Amino acid sequence: MKVRQAEDASGVWGWRAVKLLTIAVYVFMFAPIIVTVILSFNASMFGGFPMTGLSLQWYGKLFQNEAVLRAFKTSIWIAILTAIVCTVIGVMAAMALTRYEFRGKQLMNTMVIMPALVPETILGVGLLLLMKWAHQPRSYLLLVLGHIMLALPFVVLVVQARLIGIKRVYEEAALSLGASRFSTFREVTLPLLMPAIVAAILLVFTISFDNITASLFWRPPGVETMPTQILAMLKISISPEINALGTLMILITVGLPLAGGLIGRILFGNRQ
Amino acid sequence: MEIPHPSRVPRATLPALRAVEGVLACVSKPLACYHLMTTTAVDLKSVTLTYGPFVAVKDVDLAIEKGSFVTLLGPSGCGKTTILRSIAGLVTPTSGEIVVAGRLINDVPIYKRNIGLVFQNYALFPHKTVEDNIAFGLKYRDVPRLEIARKVKRALDMVRLPGVEKKLPSQLSGGQQQRIALARAIVIEPDVLLLDEPLSALDANLREEMRTELKIIQREVGITTIFVTHDQEEALAMSDRIVVMNHGLIEQNGTPEEVYRTPSSRFVASFLGQSNLIAGTIASNTRGKAKITLDSGASIDAAAPASAKKGSKVTVVVRAQRLEVGKKAAAGSNRLQGRIAATSYLGGTAIYIIEAEGLKLQANTIIDTHVFREGDAVDVSFSPGDCVLLGEDDRRLA
Ligand SMILES: Nc1ncnc2c1ncn2[C@@H]1O[C@H](COP(=O)(O)OP(=O)(O)O)[C@@H](O)[C@H]1O
Ligand SMILES: [Mg+2]
Repeated sequence: MKVRQAEDASGVWGWRAVKLLTIAVYVFMFAPIIVTVILSFNASMFGGFPMTGLSLQWYGKLFQNEAVLRAFKTSIWIAILTAIVCTVIGVMAAMALTRYEFRGKQLMNTMVIMPALVPETILGVGLLLLMKWAHQPRSYLLLVLGHIMLALPFVVLVVQARLIGIKRVYEEAALSLGASRFSTFREVTLPLLMPAIVAAILLVFTISFDNITASLFWRPPGVETMPTQILAMLKISISPEINALGTLMILITVGLPLAGGLIGRILFGNRQ
Repeated sequence: MEIPHPSRVPRATLPALRAVEGVLACVSKPLACYHLMTTTAVDLKSVTLTYGPFVAVKDVDLAIEKGSFVTLLGPSGCGKTTILRSIAGLVTPTSGEIVVAGRLINDVPIYKRNIGLVFQNYALFPHKTVEDNIAFGLKYRDVPRLEIARKVKRALDMVRLPGVEKKLPSQLSGGQQQRIALARAIVIEPDVLLLDEPLSALDANLREEMRTELKIIQREVGITTIFVTHDQEEALAMSDRIVVMNHGLIEQNGTPEEVYRTPSSRFVASFLGQSNLIAGTIASNTRGKAKITLDSGASIDAAAPASAKKGSKVTVVVRAQRLEVGKKAAAGSNRLQGRIAATSYLGGTAIYIIEAEGLKLQANTIIDTHVFREGDAVDVSFSPGDCVLLGEDDRRLA
């Protein structure tokens, strides 16, 4: 009886410890984000506590900052381009890797996934050296190509996972009913793949929009993306403007996938 | 060929109608005549299919008559699905020819063959309504819009599910989904309908109901059907012919009665129904009747072909249903004295395990007087005509 009570007690304490640790982890993860968001509304000149009053002035300043606006536009365009190209290539690659047998399939699989495993710094330097060797200047093209390389593995992985879940009999049924391979893809595979494609687009957009390490290596001279712009601003001063900018970045990179998921659920929720 | 509407055409007149149609077509189109006259809908000629080093189908010859219901029956992994998929065009035979409706289709891609496929798990397109599922094949056949709607409605009537056009497959039960899958495959009027274990995902009651229904629909439409199952009851209940397969080979091809009554090999005898397999040696064989000394010591008479030579070792196959238990043996019957070792009482019938003169026999009997219990002494009898003899190669002596 006593022994059991002791066990129970230690069990309770064990649980308390786990709970405490969990809370600590969450605090550690979210505190910086919350602080950034709160301080972006701080009226004080110095980007820190204590708060001196609520104000939207830093947002106002931000929207008048030419450099920030330019960087924002650049990032958006690169992210959109990367998302489109990655999705098209990624879906095709995933189809090839899950639905067809060919020589060197395993090798291709590894090659496609590789950029997700190699440290970004190394990818950054590597691609840059390659361009140097080919006597090519750093250009927007290089930057977009680099982002595509970085994000492609995630599209392939997400789409592949879904493709494996789509039973082949659907495609076989379509073929037997007279649909060509292309019609089968358009009418059956693609619609069933849509949730994964939406997820992949949002993921790629976020990966590209957020990227800083590789972008630092690849951007053409004088061009800033949103994250490199923030870094540049930080080098000069810790202005409260950066808090406002950070808040907007968080809004975009968190809000977009959430919105996408919501739209996805509304669109495809009643299917399977 | 047009699918006649089941509710408007009395079933009995269908064959007659079809015959008239055939004659008319012959008169008006002499060229098509040849086509109508050939009665073989599907013809496999020494088809072999290998997956790497593994031979899944070995040198299979199989001709399927137009309008018939043929079942491929065999244990899991014996190559049934592989044969079906090779007819559908989902796999290519390593060697051999596949002829459907008089056309060699080895090199025709699946979407240009005119074949209806029904899968075990229905495979209805989950993102399309019932209507769009059924209309899918018609869209690729240049059928006008209004005609499509009419055909879809008729197909739904045929599978007794009118009014579900706008539903999604996930809103239907398993049995209903399988009916839609059937409608989708039949509505394109395929040369042959291929069904791969279509009932095995349904629960027992529904399976039996669907079995009957499927057979009725097949009769009404008159469509050539190849049905794959590992369930012997299904095969016996539905088929015009049963093709028993094992290890990629055809063991026997015959009507349900033939396959059941005269199994052509040890495999067929033990796979289909319950059989007693008794080892023995031919003691004499005159005028179609052999005396056989069983290894257990007893002696019995059995109907035997002339090829059953004196002194050769045989296995006697007697169906469990053909054993009479505790009855006065008819003249000329074999009679063994035994004792009930176990009784399974099933209400109208009983299964007895009987130890008789050194043999362990199973008897499935209809109960008419009383049920024997463990330990009861009984006589077991069976007619020589109910014996099938297998030679040393485990094939039936012919
Ligand atoms: N794609 C494949 N690759 C390799 N082996 C296969 C493949 N498909 C089937 N097989 C093998 O071929 C044999 C026959 O399979 P199948 O025709 O599906 O049998 P059944 O339908 O009678 O259960 C099985 O042993 C199976 O493992
Ligand atoms: Mg199978």
